[in-house]
Amino acid sequence: MSLAGALLSGDVRALARAISLAEDRDPQATELVAELQPHTGHAYLVGLTGAPGTGKSTLADALVKVIRDRRQTVGVIAVDPSSPFTGGAVLGDRIRMSRHTLDKGVFIRSMGARGHLGGLAAATREAIHLLDAYGRDVILVETVGVGQSELEISTICDTVLLVLMPESGDAVQSIKAGILEIADVFVINKTDLGGAEKARRLIQDAIALGPKQAWRPPITMASAAKEEGIEQVWDAVLEHQAFLKESGTLAARRRQRLKQEVVALVAERARDEAQRVLDGDTPIGRRLRENQNGKLNPYALAEEVLRQRAPQGGS
Amino acid sequence: MALRRKTARDDWAARYRSGKRAKETATTISGLPVEPLYTPDDLADWSYEEKLGYPGEFPYTRGVYPSMYRGQLWTIRQFAGYGSAEETNRRYKFLLAQGQAGLSVAFDMPTLMGYDSDDHLSEGEVGHCGVAIDSLEDMEMLFRDIRLDQITTSMTINSPAAILYAMYIAVGEREGLKPAQLGGTLQNDILKEYIAQKEYIFPPEPSMRLVVDTIVFAARQMPRWNAVSISGYHIREAGSTATQELAFTLADGMAYVEASIKAGLKVDEFAPRLSFFFDSHMDFFEEIAKFRAARRLWATIMRDKYGARDPKSWMMRFHTQTAGVSLTRQQVENNITRTAYEAMAAVLGGTNSLHTNSMDEVLALPTERAAQIALRTQQVLAHETGVANTIDPLAGSYFIEQLTDEMERGAQRYFDRIDEQGGVLRCIENGFFQREIADAAFEFERKLEANERIIVGVNAYKDGEGGELPTLRIGPETERDQVRRLTALKGRRDNTSVKNRLEALKTAARGSDNLMPPLLDCVKAYATEGEIMAALKEVFGVYREPILF
Amino acid sequence: MTARVLTAKVGLDGHDRGVKVVSRALRDAGVEVIYAGLRQTPEMVVEAAIQEDVDAIGVSLHSGAHMTLIPRILELLKERNATDIVVFGGGIIPQDDARELKAMGVVEIFGPGTSLQSIIDFVNHGFKGPVPGAA
Repeated sequence: MSLAGALLSGDVRALARAISLAEDRDPQATELVAELQPHTGHAYLVGLTGAPGTGKSTLADALVKVIRDRRQTVGVIAVDPSSPFTGGAVLGDRIRMSRHTLDKGVFIRSMGARGHLGGLAAATREAIHLLDAYGRDVILVETVGVGQSELEISTICDTVLLVLMPESGDAVQSIKAGILEIADVFVINKTDLGGAEKARRLIQDAIALGPKQAWRPPITMASAAKEEGIEQVWDAVLEHQAFLKESGTLAARRRQRLKQEVVALVAERARDEAQRVLDGDTPIGRRLRENQNGKLNPYALAEEVLRQRAPQGGS
Repeated sequence: MALRRKTARDDWAARYRSGKRAKETATTISGLPVEPLYTPDDLADWSYEEKLGYPGEFPYTRGVYPSMYRGQLWTIRQFAGYGSAEETNRRYKFLLAQGQAGLSVAFDMPTLMGYDSDDHLSEGEVGHCGVAIDSLEDMEMLFRDIRLDQITTSMTINSPAAILYAMYIAVGEREGLKPAQLGGTLQNDILKEYIAQKEYIFPPEPSMRLVVDTIVFAARQMPRWNAVSISGYHIREAGSTATQELAFTLADGMAYVEASIKAGLKVDEFAPRLSFFFDSHMDFFEEIAKFRAARRLWATIMRDKYGARDPKSWMMRFHTQTAGVSLTRQQVENNITRTAYEAMAAVLGGTNSLHTNSMDEVLALPTERAAQIALRTQQVLAHETGVANTIDPLAGSYFIEQLTDEMERGAQRYFDRIDEQGGVLRCIENGFFQREIADAAFEFERKLEANERIIVGVNAYKDGEGGELPTLRIGPETERDQVRRLTALKGRRDNTSVKNRLEALKTAARGSDNLMPPLLDCVKAYATEGEIMAALKEVFGVYREPILF
Repeated sequence: MTARVLTAKVGLDGHDRGVKVVSRALRDAGVEVIYAGLRQTPEMVVEAAIQEDVDAIGVSLHSGAHMTLIPRILELLKERNATDIVVFGGGIIPQDDARELKAMGVVEIFGPGTSLQSIIDFVNHGFKGPVPGAA
């Protein structure tokens, strides 16, 4: 049986292997995802983002329980940063979801960001397609929570949960500009620490000051460690889902997502090819390496590299 | 230009610098700097009366008793237990006959984690790292022919401690003894489980309630019993520095004091029976300084912070175990030497009881021969070296006193950091201790890899690998037999009575009554440990560790 | 290809110093380490290893249950057609048990005092034993 066939028939190993191919940026992965394309489009995608330490993994674990209680299957993609020097990583999200390991309705995959700058992994999109084709009703994507990840996740997911925790300082100061607008649902986690009400008011004020949106993001309160408030968080996600469907926004969002995905793939390939051309035994590469006096014009070089692409790829 | 008068010290310093220097800098195992020489200058503002005083008197730096080992040697208390209660009973009788004065019970993992031997999760674990105790029946077998009023017993168990405590009391009752006649210690230090050993079951709040219940019960009914052995050993073994071991242990102690006061006890009612348990690691002088600093710190904390008036509340009594983590698999016989040095440090540090590890414990539980050598190590130390002839012999050493002061300062800095974060429970929640320990452990490993620290046989002097040692084996029949016995017990006992008493326990657990009386009822009806723990889990829930690396 | 390894403690004991130190060292050597935590059962370890599509599983035990739990992991890997996932172990495991486990298919057992470098070399050589300096 082909890998695609095995995956479609529910073989866990096939799914896991397919994700690995995507992580290795193996060309087989692209073919596989293309082959499985007709079987996708069913899963609902939920992103969890927020600063480190806010309890995203614990929340993900609690949400998985609620999702399973409501009889849906779920795939979790948990992304953690990789060391920029060694490339290694300790992927420590799975450990918080240990109780779901033996549940066939839950698939958990830990991914290292592997140098990808968006806070997600380059293979996150492929992994989502694969989990979708595999038949998961819900896919939770948990990000690293630093850098531009909040923005990237909004281009990938249907509903974005922004996880915060009450802090001694100003909860909103620590949220970077632009982040508030991408959150579809706010979750103030670790409410058992106190200060949650103050944080809620601050966010409410910040939303009021922001641009007017058709969807008013609810602010939910939870203590993931105590499993309190989790049903309400998921209900808020479902409300958002209903809103997107009824307003026709879901289709628009997914079209936008497809476009973003194409742009991302093109950019990745262009970047890889540019590296190959410049590092390789090509006229441009040689000129770059032999250059002694720095008089080469990067803009002109870039034009040349792009023009190289037209007939066929690199060297 | 003024002439600088050359001192004798400058003279030596010059000669030192221009001479051979194998070591540019040196640090203790925990990273504290060690100078080549200490002189009176290092103790410039130091006062004997303030810093040391006399043994048996505040601040107890020199020892908690006026006579220390001249009055009575430290208790030799070798931790032991494996297989079935019957086998361990035989080992106890052997050790008592060989001169050991107190018993120390090691339980197997299922017992430590509250599972009966027939539980699916106990598979492969029964009797392997301690004795399997499922019910009072096993406990009775464990102490058969041993008079509980003639010995003291230390039980190393934490989450289910109250249950084993109840079983021990019940065994005493069977021997016709009142609880007040029983002497011993319960480790029962749940806070360090969250921090280091990870044998936790319930969440912190109900766990603290159980600990406080035992403290209250012991305070009221068992004057010879130490309800908690506040432990640093496990924290150290998990990789902490000596300062962290000292600080985190005393911080835990303070948390128990505060919880007990909150429960309505007056500090002097229970503090005299708080005991401690430390590691004795390889850096000889650092360990001695740590023990002395510990006594001084605790005395000051109890008197000045908690207002204790009874001097017995100020006295820190502690048990020490030589560092398991310092033993090597390579050239195991060297472990005898390591243990001997560590034992000496503990004795020079004034420990009240001592366990010395056996050389083969990196591989398995000790064989009888190895256990005997470990015991003899203490006896040689006690009777042949003369170190026990005078109290706190290293007092006044410029180096030791400076190091003792430094340890105290380091611990104090940690107390401040812990307070800033809202106390011990908060720190456990946000992973402060676990991170400090993981970092220290990794740093230790890094130094070893870089050969900045030498361990003989591991990264130096690697020739001379000895032959293989015979190791103790626990056969599968241990588990089979235990399960058989357990099944038979469940058939014999009055199951209605068990059911009712477990219900009564749950009711009490939901309320705020002391849980020792209902626990005593349960164990006397031969409810199993697993059944009792399951009942409590229903009410208390289970703990999930929040933070990791 | 980034190597992926699942590390875990199987059995009831909670001594995680070793497995955490090894996990960090593997990370520093460029490995993606999925640390599955304490008190994992063989079933949980194998399921996680398959989902994460790891190259190797590293288990640490200190409770003496290694002769029950590690063979069970090997058995489960066989049942799931996943014997390409290599198994190595560490903790308190006597030498003759280590030999027996290796005969069953465990690639290497790293006893206490194993240098981190030898574990890293092991990974860099494609998880192949025997490793000088191991048990």
